[in-house]
Amino acid sequence: MSSEILKLSAMQLDALREVGNVGAGNSATALSQIINRKIDMTVPQVAIMPLGDVPDVVGGPDAMVVGVYLRVFGPAPSSILFLLPRDSAFYLVDMLMGREQGDTTSLTSMDESALMEIGNILSGAYLNSLSHFTNLTLLPSIPALAMDMAGAILSVILIQLGQMGDHALVIETEFTSDNDGVKGHFFLIPDPGSLTTILAAIGVKG
Amino acid sequence: MSELIKVGMADYKVGISPNNLISYGLGSCVGIALYDNITKVGGLAHIMLPDSTQARSAENPAKFADTALPLMLSDMIKLGALKQRITAKIAGGAQMFTFANATDIMRVGERNAEAVRAMLKKMDIRMIADDTGGNYGRTVELKLETGIYRVKTIDKGEKEL
Repeated sequence: MSSEILKLSAMQLDALREVGNVGAGNSATALSQIINRKIDMTVPQVAIMPLGDVPDVVGGPDAMVVGVYLRVFGPAPSSILFLLPRDSAFYLVDMLMGREQGDTTSLTSMDESALMEIGNILSGAYLNSLSHFTNLTLLPSIPALAMDMAGAILSVILIQLGQMGDHALVIETEFTSDNDGVKGHFFLIPDPGSLTTILAAIGVKG
Repeated sequence: MSELIKVGMADYKVGISPNNLISYGLGSCVGIALYDNITKVGGLAHIMLPDSTQARSAENPAKFADTALPLMLSDMIKLGALKQRITAKIAGGAQMFTFANATDIMRVGERNAEAVRAMLKKMDIRMIADDTGGNYGRTVELKLETGIYRVKTIDKGEKEL
């Protein structure tokens, strides 16, 4: 995949950024409605980086994070990973479960379900607009959750990419809610080959 | 002055006491520590994949169990290590996410650990500690003064191999 992604033109990268932008915008709106707070998002980064550098995007390989992982099925198989710093995840759980801020210090299985549901909704919103944009039917798997070191969680997707090359194409958006510092990173990582399908579907050949 | 040498994903480093080698946040990857207790020369590899022959590209040999280990061994020998004395300790190879129908992709941690064991055997290096599997991440540090391999986890404690 390295060779494939290193050959992308500026126009193709722009197109991918726009795809990410629309998808993430939809997700941010969904999240904002669930927790009833204003959510800001950054313009998606579309970056091609060495695999080992990806954990630095979320604060380094030993940062404590909660990850919700989904596979995307359809003509452009991909992985989605929604990563939250642990404190943000706890804060989000406080809000979702109607607890006092700071009450959550570890995750019960009910809390995990709530966070997976958030991952589900965000991914659904994202994929919905991506499907719209590309005319490809893209469906998410059920989510899986893990709370651990960022490097360990990211290794799951980086290993898949590592089979094809030494670089990853990362479409990443950061969500923030300014009053309370809830922060999250949303990654869409197309499987090798899927990128070509997505680019062809939006009509940018290079 | 002892230096803490960081080993990134798909990389390996060698060193000599009083320095130490560390690699953060291993998930399905495997951290392989090789050590010669007389010269106090050690190496730490953070491999991602079992086998370079099955990959579509093999640009970075440090990524694979079968190509990283021979390279690291020869770098250690250059630093004065004697192959006959070198022993191995391994950690990592977790499965971070559990799905009902675990596909091959999800089982890569287990396959990584198997490949590392097979490669060590092939290279005739004795493995004296093995902390692989589970569903949690690990940070590993090889102390080159003692050969102690310290494995840290978030909520499964810390151990010294």
